Amino acid sequence: MRELSLNILDIVMNSIEAGATRVITAIVESPSRNLLQIAVRDNGRGMSDELARSVLDPFVTTRTTRAVGMGLPLFRQTALLAGGDLRIDSQIGKGTTVIAFMQLHNLNRPPLGNIVDTMMNLMTASPNVHFFYAHLTDGGRFCFDSFRLFSIMAEHDCSIYEAADRARQNFENGLRRIGARLF
Amino acid sequence: MKTLEDLRAIREKAQRELASRSSAAKYRISVAMGTCGIAAGARNVMSAILDELNKRNVTQAVVTQTGCLGYCDQEPMVQVTGPNNVTITYGKVTPEAARRIVDEHILKDSVVSAYVFKQG
Ligand code: FES
Repeated sequence: MRELSLNILDIVMNSIEAGATRVITAIVESPSRNLLQIAVRDNGRGMSDELARSVLDPFVTTRTTRAVGMGLPLFRQTALLAGGDLRIDSQIGKGTTVIAFMQLHNLNRPPLGNIVDTMMNLMTASPNVHFFYAHLTDGGRFCFDSFRLFSIMAEHDCSIYEAADRARQNFENGLRRIGARLF
Repeated sequence: MKTLEDLRAIREKAQRELASRSSAAKYRISVAMGTCGIAAGARNVMSAILDELNKRNVTQAVVTQTGCLGYCDQEPMVQVTGPNNVTITYGKVTPEAARRIVDEHILKDSVVSAYVFKQG
């Protein structure tokens, strides 16, 4: 993947396939701590410890583990190369949390890329899932709740596509305000 | 300032509206968002579809995401299910191709044969 926001999309798709109705994406971007941390937490069906371990192994080829989390070993590799790692914390029936962390100032760290497109596409195509996005920098915090799309729909009496288009601006401005490095 | 009650009402209204729109929709467009699909550019394909639907004020289609369809070499893939539940699967879809699919398939009922990977 050329952008971390694509890894995020991939992880969130795993959550949706695991039946999640709530997905929280949190990004911590801290130049002072030389840290970029990406966490995705869902309330999907969860995995056993054994599956959570095997899902990180690129050489596991059984069909069931392939279907979920094919991108997880890739994401972990990316994190390792950028001086970090990736961990999975999962409980059957409760949900899964994936946390990737890396050095912000590492030459091997891919750019975050277009996180706005990633989140807006998810929110538009899966309106039944409640998405929450939080982005923290040394300069502040920006949050976006997919509920806001519904508010915009109601306020402007428009389609979800138009609402997403309007929300995009808001999202970008919010990230800019806290000094997030988008690309 | 909206109360929690107001918010709940807005959400319910929006969800009712979405449900009625999606049952009235003639076409269902679904973008394959498995790992290879994403790596091959599925996100930008989806953005192009959403942008085109918004710009042209299309109401007869809904967009969803699906996981892997199992044909890595054909990614990014887009499926369009029309009336009578016939599904056309498009392969190697670029953002430009995606805009054409909205223009020709969704708005003019004409399959974009150049990108068809599988029919039915
Ligand atoms: S994700 Fe590999 S073929 Fe779809």
